[in-house]
Amino acid sequence: MDQPFDLVIIWAGIIGFAVMMYVLMDGFDLGQGILYPFAPDDHSRDIMMNSVAPVWDGNETWLVLGGTGILAAFPLVYSVLLPALYIGVFLMLAGLIFRGVAFEFRFKANTTKYLWDWAFAGGSFVAAFAQGAVVGAYVQGFETNNLVYVGGPLDWLTPFTIMTGLGLVAGYALLGSTWLIMKTEGELQQWAYKITPILLIMVLVVFGVVSIYTPFVDQGVLNRWFNGVSIIWLLPVLALYCAFLIFRAVKKQQEGMPFVATMGLFLFTYLGLLASKWPYIVPPDYTLWDAASAYESQLFLLLGFLFVIPIVMAYIAWSYWIFRGKVKGGYH
Amino acid sequence: MTFGGAMELDPLILSRIQFAFVVCFHAIFPVFTIGLASFIAALEALSLKTGNPLWQRLSKFWIQVFAVVFGMGVVSGIVMSFQFGTNWSNFAYATANFFGPILSYEVVTAFFLEAGFLGVLLFGRDKVPQGVHLFAAIMVAVGTFISAFWILSANSLLHTPDGITVENGLYYVDSWRDAIFNPSFKFRFLHMGIAAFLTAAFVVAGVSAWYLMNKREVEANKKALSMSLWMILLLAPTQVVVGDFHGVNTLKHQPMKVAAIEGHWETGTGIPLLLFAIPDKEAQENHFEIGIPKLGSLILTHDWEGEVKGLKEVAPEDQPPVIIVFWAFRVMVGLGTLMVLFGLAGLFLRRKQRYLECRPFLNGLRMMSFAPFIAVLAGWIVTEVGRAPWLIYEQMRHAEGLTPSLTGGMALFSLTGYIFVYAMIFSAGVFYLMSVLRGGLETANAEQIDSDVEKAQRPISAANANLDGGL
Ligand code: HDD
Ligand code: HEM
Ligand code: HEM
Repeated sequence: MDQPFDLVIIWAGIIGFAVMMYVLMDGFDLGQGILYPFAPDDHSRDIMMNSVAPVWDGNETWLVLGGTGILAAFPLVYSVLLPALYIGVFLMLAGLIFRGVAFEFRFKANTTKYLWDWAFAGGSFVAAFAQGAVVGAYVQGFETNNLVYVGGPLDWLTPFTIMTGLGLVAGYALLGSTWLIMKTEGELQQWAYKITPILLIMVLVVFGVVSIYTPFVDQGVLNRWFNGVSIIWLLPVLALYCAFLIFRAVKKQQEGMPFVATMGLFLFTYLGLLASKWPYIVPPDYTLWDAASAYESQLFLLLGFLFVIPIVMAYIAWSYWIFRGKVKGGYH
Repeated sequence: MTFGGAMELDPLILSRIQFAFVVCFHAIFPVFTIGLASFIAALEALSLKTGNPLWQRLSKFWIQVFAVVFGMGVVSGIVMSFQFGTNWSNFAYATANFFGPILSYEVVTAFFLEAGFLGVLLFGRDKVPQGVHLFAAIMVAVGTFISAFWILSANSLLHTPDGITVENGLYYVDSWRDAIFNPSFKFRFLHMGIAAFLTAAFVVAGVSAWYLMNKREVEANKKALSMSLWMILLLAPTQVVVGDFHGVNTLKHQPMKVAAIEGHWETGTGIPLLLFAIPDKEAQENHFEIGIPKLGSLILTHDWEGEVKGLKEVAPEDQPPVIIVFWAFRVMVGLGTLMVLFGLAGLFLRRKQRYLECRPFLNGLRMMSFAPFIAVLAGWIVTEVGRAPWLIYEQMRHAEGLTPSLTGGMALFSLTGYIFVYAMIFSAGVFYLMSVLRGGLETANAEQIDSDVEKAQRPISAANANLDGGL
């Protein structure tokens, strides 16, 4: 075929970016739900939900873009992962639905308010756990034959994926608590300062277990990381450095730094994961190139994206700007 | 039909039921929001142009209704975009070269547009100049149409594939133009667009009629009722004509679907138009036929003696479930006819503004609020069940598109799960919508106690009414 340049790499970059955007953006608002049951009081819960209410909707659109973008650029990923994770995907969607309507209903309910509190917390927890389990399932790999998934319905659910599921729950909670440090003040902020180190330690424990465990799950990862010193060792080092920055920033009671450093922690961990698996996108059998859609389709969509995405970014920024300002009060 | 042999867990049947259930659930909301978004934009434009405060009172109220319905549309839509992969992965993989880009374009051109301007529409009235607020309303309306454009193009390709070729089981796009603007697309887009406007018009008419019967906010609701009656008068007959063209086009591309619509078994000339029948697929004939001679041929071929293909042209297992298609079509057309009559009655009662007092008419309009939703679902059932047993017409069967690893137990698990989740969400949503309607224009325009900062900037929270009637 006449392909002037390799679109697969470009699309890997775009999809990687969309997924990272989703994880970071929906991460901090899922985090609010996870922290919900532990919040100091009802007034704090009002503020917590308020702090993410204006952005929640747009954040979730990145998930839809991730889904359809993968279908467009790497259809094999879509058609193997979704069947393999069938039950988990259902749980995630159910969680997102409950959580979504809880946003809508909670402030309007009085006698039934506690129900929506639970819907928000439960939905966020389930969605976050399911997403973390997906990460673990991805590391484990998928049993395929001739381009289709042939494993069982619960192959994805192992001690390892439960570990990664809980890890992401803790990670999102960390994003959530550092977000609160940035966006709130007073009692709630102090509470967030207090729980952040605890959450960070939980994340680091999971991080450690997963790092030790992963090479046993996957021989390829073992070779990649332990055949001599390579540049990718920089990634975990940077991730650990971010963790250190979070600790220090919390101690100094800085406001913006903990959140920024947490995003860094996520970013380097994510890159480390991708580096372990590269170029496999449906491990253990298929690479990015095996999974890619037709060149014409990738090109057709890319041309549109180059034109439309900047416009999208512009008006999203505009609407954020209109609603700028600090989150203070709660609802009555 | 494969529905026989009933009770063992067939993942195919369960997946079809699940898909039908979630897509129908989803479809209820967009068909209303598409029409309502344009109505709100029109109200905002009138308000800006005339300065008459009544327009803004109306707009503030209908934005609240819009917020609730839109929120439900978003959550149910997210489910849809994963359905293709979970239950129809072979189909998704085979057609990804077309569906992937089309659905992605929908996200970046429509969903982000709606999400971006929705906040300004719902909460920005006091934060931006009135003209900018109007602009946001228009952008949301445009977004809903762009969304309908892409998704209906994708759906139409399943009925009338064009511009694509199959190689080793994978679809490749030869001509994006032909594939996107495939032969049934323009009819489906028009028919669905008009259906959306009719839906909004009938809901606005029904709700305004109800308020007028109770003498609430008479001046404003009079305006809304008058507007929607003009809309109905104009669009209901147009829909009949567009529907006819749609059907004639379908005859060309999907003759078996039309044969099922007509309950027509033997190929022949001068066929009747059946008003009533019980089609029986086992026996390959109809029971209790009542029809008008030759009218069927006239409508379909525009010739009294035109030849129309019958279902027996293909083997019984290649025929769609006739009775469903047959009756769903009659429900749609029956309601369409009723809509035309209501439009004409409105025109007739317009002299001396009698439509504002005529209680049977107002009461009828109140009932008719539900009609467009039923007609739309019936229409989709005609379209989609009439495609059976094909997933892509004459190219891929339902069974070929199914996820290979899917077991009956998994499908049953998710199907019951969705039914359970949607039942809860739907009842809460309806409950809430009802309290918004009870609150009416008065509550929507009441002084707001909450300050802007404290108000949740979320669709449904834009509504002021209380969910459970508490303080
Ligand atoms: C003719 C109109 C129409 C039809 C037939 C469909 N939709 Fe829809 N959809 C819309 C019109 C629409 C909309 C008007 O654009 C919605 C309704 C509420 C909203 O937020 O946008 C929407 C929302 C919506 C969302 C949420 C968007 C967001 O995150 O903001 C998704 C993911 C889908 N839809 C996907 C689908 C799929 C996969 C469908 C096919 C089976 C489908 N829709 C049928
Ligand atoms: C991208 C667009 C669409 C695709 C790819 C699609 C595909 C499908 C599939 C795979 C099925 C299951 C097979 C079956 O049960 O017959 C189905 C059934 C159905 N779809 Fe669609 N559909 C689309 C859009 C829609 C829309 C927008 C609606 C209406 C809201 C709709 C209404 C239905 C209905 C009512 C059924 C049930 C038919 C039956 O039980 O046989 N579809 N469609
Ligand atoms: C009264 C005259 C009407 C006629 C002759 C008519 C005709 C048709 C036909 C032939 C189809 C199937 C097309 C195909 O699948 O290829 C269809 C589908 C449909 N109809 Fe109607 N229709 C009428 C009224 C209405 C009304 C009043 C509504 C709703 C308000 C409506 C909503 C729909 C919808 C949503 C579909 C499915 C989407 C599509 O294929 O366009 N129709 N109609």
